[in-house]
Amino acid sequence: MISFLETYGAQMILKTWQHIYISAFSLALGVIVAVPLGILMTRVKSSVANVIMSIASMLQTIPAMALLALMIPFLGIGAFPAIIALFIYSLLPILRNTYLGMEDVEPALIDAAKGMGMTGWQSIIKVEVPMAAPVIMSGVRLSATYVIAWAALASYIGAGGLGDFIFNGLNLYRTDLILGGSIPVIILALIVDWLLGKLEAVVTPRTTQS
Amino acid sequence: MSHLNKTYPGGKVAVKDFNLEIEKGEFVCFIGTSGSGKTTTMRMINRMLSQTSGTIKLNGEDIGKMDPVKLRRKIGYVIQNIGLMPHMTIRDNITLVPRLLKWPQEKMNERAKKMIKLVELPEDYLDRYPSELSGGQQQRIGVVRALAADQDLVLMDEPFGALDPITRESLQDLVKDLQERLGKTFVFVTHDMDEALKLSTKIVIMDGGEIMQVASPDDVLRHPANEFVENLIGKDRLIQARPSITTVGQVMLKDPIATTPGKSLTDALRLMHDKRVDSLLVTDEAGILKGVIGIEDVDYNFNSATSVSDIMEKDLFYVQSNSLIRDTVERILKRGLKNIPVVDDKHRLVGIVTRATLVDIVYDALWGDEAEDEASNNIHHEEDAAPADAKGGETK
Ligand SMILES: Nc1ncnc2c1ncn2[C@@H]1O[C@H](COP(=O)(O)OP(=O)(O)OP(=O)(O)O)[C@@H](O)[C@H]1O
Ligand SMILES: [Mg+2]
Repeated sequence: MISFLETYGAQMILKTWQHIYISAFSLALGVIVAVPLGILMTRVKSSVANVIMSIASMLQTIPAMALLALMIPFLGIGAFPAIIALFIYSLLPILRNTYLGMEDVEPALIDAAKGMGMTGWQSIIKVEVPMAAPVIMSGVRLSATYVIAWAALASYIGAGGLGDFIFNGLNLYRTDLILGGSIPVIILALIVDWLLGKLEAVVTPRTTQS
Repeated sequence: MSHLNKTYPGGKVAVKDFNLEIEKGEFVCFIGTSGSGKTTTMRMINRMLSQTSGTIKLNGEDIGKMDPVKLRRKIGYVIQNIGLMPHMTIRDNITLVPRLLKWPQEKMNERAKKMIKLVELPEDYLDRYPSELSGGQQQRIGVVRALAADQDLVLMDEPFGALDPITRESLQDLVKDLQERLGKTFVFVTHDMDEALKLSTKIVIMDGGEIMQVASPDDVLRHPANEFVENLIGKDRLIQARPSITTVGQVMLKDPIATTPGKSLTDALRLMHDKRVDSLLVTDEAGILKGVIGIEDVDYNFNSATSVSDIMEKDLFYVQSNSLIRDTVERILKRGLKNIPVVDDKHRLVGIVTRATLVDIVYDALWGDEAEDEASNNIHHEEDAAPADAKGGETK
């Protein structure tokens, strides 16, 4: 263990950083695209919303390896195509939860917001998103867990990250390398989930004084 | 509002050719069965719904041409299911519209305090959240939220549904006061006829998307437009209502049996016997009411007294012919009086109200005007016979 860290410690910090960076970028992109899209879906006809949801679900069913491989002809190799592929994966849970969360806001509240003279925007920002925030956040948490796990596969198209250890280990039959890659991934996933859990509590609107 | 129609997608016709003129400062109640289109009509006023055809004008301006958001900020709206924002404090809920209108913070704080006082809740409730209030308290906040931005027109959709009678009454007084004192205009949906009768200056009775009748509370009670309206008002209220809108002069029996103070007791007794009554009213020559004598007085004093004036009871209850029958009814019932003489403004005896008259009123209210003649005929007969019989038994 100690000797493993002595040999690979510096490399591990670098790989972990790469891993975080790839995951964070994909997730951020996912949130930036899926949350507004999910909100938009509540404003269009439900048939259109269904089409969007079907496309997102279909993308989700492409095997991760295949999706990564598919990136190569279009975007080449490296971190960028990996981020795009993972971003596509992160979309569905966020999109679904945003849509459902928004749809679930009590119609009486939306009605009241409109009746009091809020514009469509004000209703979304001041009423609907706050009310849907916990559901949206749990979608983000789910996506984060996926993205961190699958980011390990990104090494396959040369994106770096902790996947490098795992793939090397598999090629060389080196258990220490496999564990040296997978354990940090697990820890990372747990820490991020915990942090996002905290964030979820923060964005959940208060409805009582204490 | 003229020729307003609303057909929902799917073909449900919710409002049919609705025409209504509302003056500033009026209190208009929409009342009708569930699904009669009250909410639909109301929501077209603040453009929460758009009409299929027809126009609504506010101060002469077609609301269809106004910015709907600005329009809604000008019109107070209490929603059928309250709709307080659970993630906002009571303060923020109350000042929702002022905040949209970008009032300064101080003014909003002041307003929040004023509003919570208006509905008799403690000031520290302002920092609570809606879930920490009872249903009735939430409803009260819903009401003041619609008043907080000084809206001149306030729409209320069954705002007092979940309230106990005491709170309900105090809120009714509150809105009525706002209408009367500040000249606010209210459009108010209710299922409760008593509420409508109490608050309205104008009642709009709806059924199946159509107006059945538009009239003042008195007119609705006095002249229900059709059977639907009558049923909605209910028989009980018609009975209660008649006395309040009828004067004594309209229902009293005319030509009461009377004598004069100078007559001898023999004459008086003879008159009682002829007319088969047990008491006589006493008037002077000019017809001014002086008192009353009963058969028991005549019997007791027959040998000692000679004239009517010696034994007549001067201290008697009477009513003015233009006073409301309701008061008379109460007197007769509460005091157990057999009858009350009716006088005009010069204190001249013009009639009498008896217990039989009450029967007349109830009968009339129940079976309407067409039976009136027949009814009063019957009652005159009973009137002549019944009291004399009863007393006759006693004196034997
Ligand atoms: N969004 C809608 N789509 C289709 N039909 C509707 C819709 N809203 C209301 N209706 C129908 O229109 C009619 C009038 O409804 P409205 O809500 O105006 O009734 P209401 O008089 O307010 O009844 P209540 O006293 O129960 O509140 C009803 O028959 C109702 O079923
Ligand atoms: Mg309604």
